[in-house]
Amino acid sequence: MRAFNVVASKVMPLDRSNVDTDAIIPKQYLKSIRRTGFGPFLFDDWRYLDPGTLDIDPATRRPNPEFVLNAPAHAGSQILVARDNFGCGSSREHAVWALDDYGFRAVIAPSFADIFFSNCFKNGVLPVVLKADEVQAIFDLVAADAQAQVTVDLPAQQVQLPDGRSFGFEINPHHKHNLVNGLDEIGLTLQQADKIKAYESRRQQEAPWLFAN
Amino acid sequence: MGKTLYDKIWDAHVVSDGGDGSALIYIDRHLVHEVTSPQAFEGLRLNGRKPWRVSANLAVPDHNVPTLNRVQGIADPISRAQVEALDANCKEFGITKFDLMDRRQGIVHVIGPEQGATLPGMTVVCGDSHTSTHGAFGALAFGIGTSEVEHALATQTLVLKKSKSMLIRVNGHVGPGVTAKDITLAIIGRIGTAGGTGHVIEYAGEAIRDLSMEGRMTLCNMAIEAGARAGLVAVDDKTIDYVKGRPFAPRPEQWDAAVSNWKTLHSDADAEFDRVVELDAADIAPQVSWGTSPEMVVPVSAQVPDPARESDPVRRGAIEKALAYMGLQANMPIETIGIDKVFIGSCTNSRIEDLRAAAAVVKGRRKADSVKLAMVVPGSGLVKAQAEAEGLDRVFLDAGFEWREPGCSMCLAMNADRLEPGERCASTSNRNFEGRQGQGGRTHLVSPAMAAAAGIAGHFVDVRSF
Ligand code: SF4
Repeated sequence: MRAFNVVASKVMPLDRSNVDTDAIIPKQYLKSIRRTGFGPFLFDDWRYLDPGTLDIDPATRRPNPEFVLNAPAHAGSQILVARDNFGCGSSREHAVWALDDYGFRAVIAPSFADIFFSNCFKNGVLPVVLKADEVQAIFDLVAADAQAQVTVDLPAQQVQLPDGRSFGFEINPHHKHNLVNGLDEIGLTLQQADKIKAYESRRQQEAPWLFAN
Repeated sequence: MGKTLYDKIWDAHVVSDGGDGSALIYIDRHLVHEVTSPQAFEGLRLNGRKPWRVSANLAVPDHNVPTLNRVQGIADPISRAQVEALDANCKEFGITKFDLMDRRQGIVHVIGPEQGATLPGMTVVCGDSHTSTHGAFGALAFGIGTSEVEHALATQTLVLKKSKSMLIRVNGHVGPGVTAKDITLAIIGRIGTAGGTGHVIEYAGEAIRDLSMEGRMTLCNMAIEAGARAGLVAVDDKTIDYVKGRPFAPRPEQWDAAVSNWKTLHSDADAEFDRVVELDAADIAPQVSWGTSPEMVVPVSAQVPDPARESDPVRRGAIEKALAYMGLQANMPIETIGIDKVFIGSCTNSRIEDLRAAAAVVKGRRKADSVKLAMVVPGSGLVKAQAEAEGLDRVFLDAGFEWREPGCSMCLAMNADRLEPGERCASTSNRNFEGRQGQGGRTHLVSPAMAAAAGIAGHFVDVRSF
């Protein structure tokens, strides 16, 4: 998994609460056999004026000029800021895959839905919980200057604004360690490869039939 | 204090203790199907990883496969792409897979036990919630998400937190015409779909010991519908007899050691459970679900519930909503509900015993004219062959039922088999959620014999007096 240390970027302001995973990536895309390639379908219903499916080339569709993701001023943002309860609804991991594939490294919101929150850590995306007034400050900053650079500093557990303000955030130390070191759960488990091998050889003595086929 | 069966299996699989209530647990068997595995394989490739122990994996396409004209391949291009991706991934990583045209192909939860790939005392995982089925063998078996599928492939382990334990004891013996499906529905009706949340359920009592292995699989299959992480039944002679001689079963020179190990796979007499629920088998009648959740279930002799008699406003609202979706009136007797389709199949009820039970009801009778379609979908190619050897296919065909190729089929309607909006189905599957068997479709969960009887009568009937 890609490590997450410090990300400095413009911010995409998605001024909505209860953004559910079906809005993040609608169900017709779950038939995909890939975990990449969902970026063009991120927020599909809001982003395009015409309906889409896996076999329609997104480049041929009509973007909704009103939707913030289509605003040129915000293009290239790696940080998404939104309101309460981001990522609610179905447990689909595709929602995080879509955000990641689009290029978002961090999502800032006052609160997140549980499963989405833990899926983020499995995929190297950092969910940052800030207080509602701090989130508001970021919305205000971006409204005043779409080019304003915000820094998400994971080692310091801080979100820094260009005017010098900085907001601290909490994170489970275990999650932080994995993200900073780029360890996905698999990478972390593989650090215990010796223990897995030791278990296997002991078990092979005890219950050899488990290893026969 | 003694150990539960769950404790014993858990303890035998701890690779390392996380110290925070979690542990790294070794996975003996990983079953793979086409829908939840492609992104896991892609994850392996993106990270340059390989499966840890290739031989622990067994793959089969089931969710998307057609049940008619299989030689012509899969018509829907997206379904076909998922099946082809499974083919390519298994080939690339060297994983054993039963192809669409292999007679061993079938629903993943049917073929695991059938092949002896599911063994007592194992940890078994699959990217599918009904993996709980395999708990019938005294194996700790549960469904996992796509990241965990990748984790299991890459490391042969999962990071898990231990669940609480729950004992469901069904005392005494069920009457004739009452099956494992009725027991499992009655349990869910009693404890609710969240009743087992956070728990691993062990099923015990005379009525459970009476069940065949097929019946125990039906029972454990729906543990997930009771909210449990997994279901378990202790090993006994039936378990051991079932496993003997199957292709993946222990070889003769390892057999005795395996059996003596398996004979320890039961909860100790002084083991304590976090929760105990008892039912009286004699009280259980054939069940029919009336709503859009498996807990919305009543005996066939009962009536559709009346929301006006429910004092809790939340429950009343849920009943009203379910009745509206299902197109039913309060207080109508279950036996007056007419059906449009019959589906006998799914990982809950598509094994040979299920087909025999349905055929016994159908034999010498005709499907009601009002029933548009009655389909029988065996759980695997081997179940199909066995049924044909016993002449069951003829019994069904003579009665006007269709005899199909194995797969998940109308259990979730990912292939071409589905309900049209408003159609009502007597189904032996496990989920009656809105739209599960096709958008707007109305599912009633029943046993194979009850589904067959409904297909003959055109409406639900009590199979005991049919
Ligand atoms: S038969 Fe139904 S429940 Fe069973 S694995 Fe297939 S889709 Fe899932």
